[in-house]
This record gives sequence, C-alpha cells and structure tokens, in this order.
Amino acid sequence: MSEARLLAAGETIEAPVRRPARGSLRPLLLGFLLPVGAAILWEIAVRTGLAQGRLAPPPSKIAATLSELAANGDLWLHARATLARVAAGFALGVLAGALAGASRVARALLDPTLQGLRAIPSIAWAPLFILWLGIFETSKVALIAVGVALPIYLGTLGAILAVDRKIIEVGRSFRLSGFALARRILLPAVLPHYVIALRSGLGLGWMFVVAAEFMGASEGLGYLLVDAQQLGKPAQMIAAILVFAVLGKTTDALLVAAVAPFLRWQDTMANTEA
Amino acid sequence: MLTFEHVSKTYATGAQALDDICLGVEEAEIVAVIGASGCGKSTLLRLAAGLDRASGGRIRVDGDEVAAPHPAIGIVFQEPRLFAWLTVAQNVAFSIAHLPRRDREARVAVALEGVGLADHADRWPRALSGGQAQRIALARALVARPRALLLDEPFSALDAFTRADLQDQLLALWADARPTLLLVTHDIEEALVLADRVVVMRPHPGRIAAILKIEAARPRDRLAQEFEELKREALRVLGLGRSAAA
Repeated sequence: MSEARLLAAGETIEAPVRRPARGSLRPLLLGFLLPVGAAILWEIAVRTGLAQGRLAPPPSKIAATLSELAANGDLWLHARATLARVAAGFALGVLAGALAGASRVARALLDPTLQGLRAIPSIAWAPLFILWLGIFETSKVALIAVGVALPIYLGTLGAILAVDRKIIEVGRSFRLSGFALARRILLPAVLPHYVIALRSGLGLGWMFVVAAEFMGASEGLGYLLVDAQQLGKPAQMIAAILVFAVLGKTTDALLVAAVAPFLRWQDTMANTEA
Repeated sequence: MLTFEHVSKTYATGAQALDDICLGVEEAEIVAVIGASGCGKSTLLRLAAGLDRASGGRIRVDGDEVAAPHPAIGIVFQEPRLFAWLTVAQNVAFSIAHLPRRDREARVAVALEGVGLADHADRWPRALSGGQAQRIALARALVARPRALLLDEPFSALDAFTRADLQDQLLALWADARPTLLLVTHDIEEALVLADRVVVMRPHPGRIAAILKIEAARPRDRLAQEFEELKREALRVLGLGRSAAA
C-alpha cells in the first residue's frame, strides 16, 4: 500500500515531461478496442450464421450502403443539404446569441424573456414554426437558429460576467475605454468561455437539424433516416447516423482548430499545471 | 508634483474612507503610506490613479486635476494582474501599442532587462513565479514612462527573500528615470528601506496621523545599527512600542 503510494507520488513529479512522449498512444488504442472489437465480432456472428443481421446489419453491409450512396451522389446531396441548414442556423444563432449577450441594454431588455423561453424545449417550437414559416427551409433554419442561439447567449453572458474586474481595471489605468477596452481585454478574456458556448451551440445545431428534417424534408441526412425507416433499410439508417457522427465531429474539430491560435496561452497553462 | 488637497472619500454605503487628506509629494520623491488595513491607504491610491473619484477636494499632478486615469501616472497593484493571453513581452508592450514596432521592441527589451527577465520575453504569464510576475507588472507600468508611479502593496504577496530582492530592484529602476513613487504598504520595514518620507494613516475615518522624514541615504542596510534605530523610532511614533514589546 505505502509502496504504491510512493510510486504514484514519484510519477506525478515526472508526469509533465513524460506524458506526451509515452502515455498518449496506449489510451487511444484502448479506446478503439470496444467499438472495433464489437464490429468485428458482429461481422463474424452474421457471417457464420449465429445471428441473422436483418435489423442490425453487419459492418460490411453498412460500408457497402455507404459506398453506394457515395457513388450515386446521394450521400453528397443529402449531407450538403444538412450542412447548409446547420451552417445557416448556426450563423444566425451565433449572431443573435452573441449580440443579445454582449450588449448591456439588450441583456436588460431580453434576459427575463430569454430565461423564460429557456424552459421550453426548442423542439416544441417546430409545429408553430411550420405554421408560421412554411414547411420548407425557413422553418428548419429558424428552429436550428433558436436551438443554437440560447446556449450561445447564456455562454456569452456567463463569460462576460466572469471576466475579472481587476484585469479591466488595468486596462482603465492605461486609459482604455469603450471599444478599445472590449477589443484588447474583454474579448480575449471572454474567448475561452465563448468557444465552449460555440461548441455546445454547434452540437445542438446538429441535434436540431435532425428534428427539423424529420418534420418533412425531401433531402438531407434526416430525410435519409426517415426514408430508410419507411422502406425498412437499417443499413441506410446506420450509414446516415455514421455520417452525422463524422460531420458533427469534423465541424467541432474545425471550430476548435480555427480558434486554437488564439487560445495557445491556455495550452501552456494546462502543461505547466499538469 | 503630486498633490492631495483636502481630499475626502465617502462610499455610497455611507462609510467614510478618507477625511481631509492634504499631502504634497515632490518630484522624484519616494513616499510610503503605511497604516492598519481599513485606514484608507489603498483608497488614496485608487483616487490618485483616477480609478475612483474623490467625494471632495482635488488631486493634481503637475497642476493638472486627476479625474480619470492620467497619462503621467502609472500604477502597480498588489497582484501582478498580467494578461494571461499575452506573452510577457506583449504584456509589457501593452501600453505602448501605438508606437512604431522598432521603438516598441526597444523599450520592451530595456524594461525586461531592467527587471532581469530579458530571457522570459516569450513566456506566458502562467509560467512565471509570483516574484517574476510582479516584476513584469512593474516593467509593464514603467515602460509607459510615468512621471509618478503608484504602488499598492506591490510586494505583500511575496515571500521575504523575494520581497527584499524586489525592493532593491525597485530602487535600481527608480534611479534611472527617477519617477515620483507613492507606495502603499503595511510593512514598516519596507517603508523604511525605500521612502524619503513615511506617511502614517489612522482609520475611521482615514486621516494622516504623522509624517516621518527619513534622511538616511539609500541603499539602506537592513542590518545596520542606524536602521535598527530608525525602526525603533518609527515604531515609537506609530505607537506600536508597547504591543511590540509585549
């Protein structure tokens, strides 16, 4: 017991230097073990006839469906439609959320209302939006925008309120005010929190696009899912879900990569504190 | 050079922090303000920095009334308050961003050299020790070449070794451009090591109780016999003799 504790203490001292070099690969491989292993086992089970695989098709069948969808251009068509909706909704949501959260007047004016509206699950707006905005793109983009705007508004608000007043005072002592103070101190101080808000907003954008496309669409990955359900094509469903996963993860990674240069100081913070 | 004329400060809560403060600080003079916490010494500094407004009276720098942060006055706070998203060099350059690049870099280099951290220019503030961070804060304030520098308990969060080190460094930096220094501290020894005059404040409301003039030449040896006598004299004036002996 005491020996183990000693070892553990020794490791934390050396960890900052050694961790990136040695320890990063093994957890990654371990993480792949479960999904890849399950896929291989399922493939074997279906091939050997142990399982039927009619409702849960084996990986090879899903891959075939995916490459077929990719070959005839459907995959690109649907993915593009969905991406366009998420992009438009996200852009609108970010704009509205950030504006409402950043301006003091807007906050005072909107906050009580938004805090009230927050209690409503955004999907509940869907029927009303269809009634008001029609069955086509407008209602879908509006639904996504509402879903995205709320977390971004709350994130922006929280980030601004969390800025250390002492840091702002330093800016004031150097005679900064208004726009210069916002640009040189407020914005960089808020950015880490704001990026977290953007990422959760983007995640919700992907969630709402599915809901929007379930409500009636003639293209999009959500349409692909509904179509597969109606025609009994489970391989196509799983293929669509996988594409959702890849697109969601990719857009999130792009977002992180886009802001990474501005958050470099945080990396060092993690390194020195590790 | 820096004058307080009947300055008073009453907060919105009704608490009176300062009452009728009159003080004139000379060009290139080093004045230390000491007193128990709550005596209004930090308030005095915030008013001089233009961060708060006085309720009554006037503060002037070279005859110019201080109503907002004044270009001739710099301030160093108790905490370094560095910008975490800027490197050390960028932090130091913060107040001179309007200068041409070459001038800026030259002045930052000189400032970093002055605090002995030239090789830390590209570090992030998070990677600095407390003493190093406070040195950078000092460099950041001095790079703007203030005519008067206010210091709000600048070394109180540091250990005794680092503190003595930074006090010496402050004097060395001061010797270059000889800005007026107004230093708030609760460390009597610090006041005696640094200051030409020590202003003693008393609370409820904050008033000046006594002003001690220190003639001894700098640098002052903290271990010298005369310094001990100076300290004894100061403690007596402060009325701390009995509690110190007890």
